[in-house]
Amino acid sequence: MSQWTATPILEAPVAEGAKDQTMVLNMGPQHPSTHGVLRLVLEIDGEIVVRLYPEIGYLHTGIEKTCEAKFYHQVVPLTDRIDYLSPMHNNLCYCLAVEKLLELPIPEKAQWMRVLLSELTRLNSHLVWLGTHAMDIGALTVFLYTFREREEILRIFEYVAGQRMMTSYIRIGGLALEPPVDFFDRVQGFIRTFPEKIDEYSNLLTGNPIFMNRLQNVGHLSAEDAIALGVTGPPLRASGVDFDLRRDMPYSGYEKFQFQVPVSQRCDVWGRYEVRLQEMRESTKIIQQALDGMPEGAIKADAPKIVLPDREKMKTQMESLIHHFKIVTEGFTVPSGEVYQGIESSRGQMGYYVVSDGTAKPYRVHMRNPSFASLQALETMCRGRMLADVVAVIGSIDVVLGEIDR
Amino acid sequence: MSATLHGKDAVLAEMGQHPAISAVMEKMPDALTDARWDREELTLTIAPEKLVPVAGVIRQAGYNFLEDVTAVDWFPAQEPRFQVSYHLLSHARKERIRLRVMLAASKPEVETITDVWPSANYYEREVFDLFGVHFAGHPNLRRILMPDEWTGHPLRKDYPVEGYR
Repeated sequence: MSQWTATPILEAPVAEGAKDQTMVLNMGPQHPSTHGVLRLVLEIDGEIVVRLYPEIGYLHTGIEKTCEAKFYHQVVPLTDRIDYLSPMHNNLCYCLAVEKLLELPIPEKAQWMRVLLSELTRLNSHLVWLGTHAMDIGALTVFLYTFREREEILRIFEYVAGQRMMTSYIRIGGLALEPPVDFFDRVQGFIRTFPEKIDEYSNLLTGNPIFMNRLQNVGHLSAEDAIALGVTGPPLRASGVDFDLRRDMPYSGYEKFQFQVPVSQRCDVWGRYEVRLQEMRESTKIIQQALDGMPEGAIKADAPKIVLPDREKMKTQMESLIHHFKIVTEGFTVPSGEVYQGIESSRGQMGYYVVSDGTAKPYRVHMRNPSFASLQALETMCRGRMLADVVAVIGSIDVVLGEIDR
Repeated sequence: MSATLHGKDAVLAEMGQHPAISAVMEKMPDALTDARWDREELTLTIAPEKLVPVAGVIRQAGYNFLEDVTAVDWFPAQEPRFQVSYHLLSHARKERIRLRVMLAASKPEVETITDVWPSANYYEREVFDLFGVHFAGHPNLRRILMPDEWTGHPLRKDYPVEGYR
């Protein structure tokens, strides 16, 4: 049913006179600095970018459609696979949305654990960003350093959830399992040394003249443009807009934590670098507060018809066995309605829009992904600049293609 | 305030002072066809032909950021079949509202809001691609996630989950 004709890509050059001067260059989808399978169609005049057109969809797997055929609890593992660098943020956002539909209160310990894990995820994602971004610029060493620390985070995830990347640890109604006894010691051990590691990265990059020249005054994005083009997260804050959902519209108990929201007025790639580096320091503080004040109590909500019972109870109590069987075989129904839940993910504002028609399967699940929206600003940031700057700008908005294409 | 308010009159009676509602009621009162307050979220249903001016009015009222545009297909249970939802965020008020328009199956078309929020460009392309809702006046209404030569719109409810084989 395509009754509407589509405009082809770059059908005409910008100016009549420029017809013989510009050329169209294809970049990607298999290009190491496009962070996945992003394809850019560039119109260039010499080395100057005249127009830029992102072509996406190479990783489209129809996750939103798949969600409609699954029970509510079966959707959780799908959400990991959207943004594979911050799985816990996706888990959290989806679970918060369904819990909002169910109007289900979550025990305090589960909320604090969610905050702790969500900040660890942010560190994980920012470490990958820093390593690959520096590598795109030509600073290969940093990659090895950041992946050393990321490895420890992945081991912590494996320790608590049994999986390194596709954790699915945050579930509707709480968490999947009680964290192992020495889990907190292990996180503490990591956090104790991590601020020094950030200094180490900073020493390698912040004063480096090549890195500074490649990043400073490149990819300018004003605050007005950022808001108009839907940019969120670190790129928005690097344009001088002081807005962070964790502080301004708190969820999962973030209002109980003290932290600063780093903002930069630079509006360029360097500003985004500074903001993210500072965010890592703030995340470390939040994790420390979560460890210090971790409350005692249950990690799952008291809702036997929604939350799976403990293994032990399931094997000894008839009632728990029945609940387990019912949840697994026919799911649980969710009252009809529509909710939108937003959280601050590593890349910006993530949102889940869940519509229920009162059955055991979601009627509609839509993900608002920060990378998808931020990609629209790419042309504004690159137009009139050198071709080599495009690579720096892509790195600075930190795209994850799994999240863009879903 | 009540936990849920259904219908325009109930919302107007209790939330008439809300900046978005008062702005719409002052400038174009007949554009608002329905309203709902549910789970601490405000939904305003707007007549499709008045969407663009209402979006402008609400933007003036402080809702400066368009967070998301998406659609829901209510086939076969409901007519009008398509619901297009717009999620707006106010940085100053730290609050979100939802606008929605209902579109008939025979002519799923609404005017684009890219003139009010340029970020609607990709969101509307996605809705066009996956639901087949047409956005009149859109600068570049092409498929975005599916291949250009694809037939059908996968997120419609009459499109099978496993696709056509």
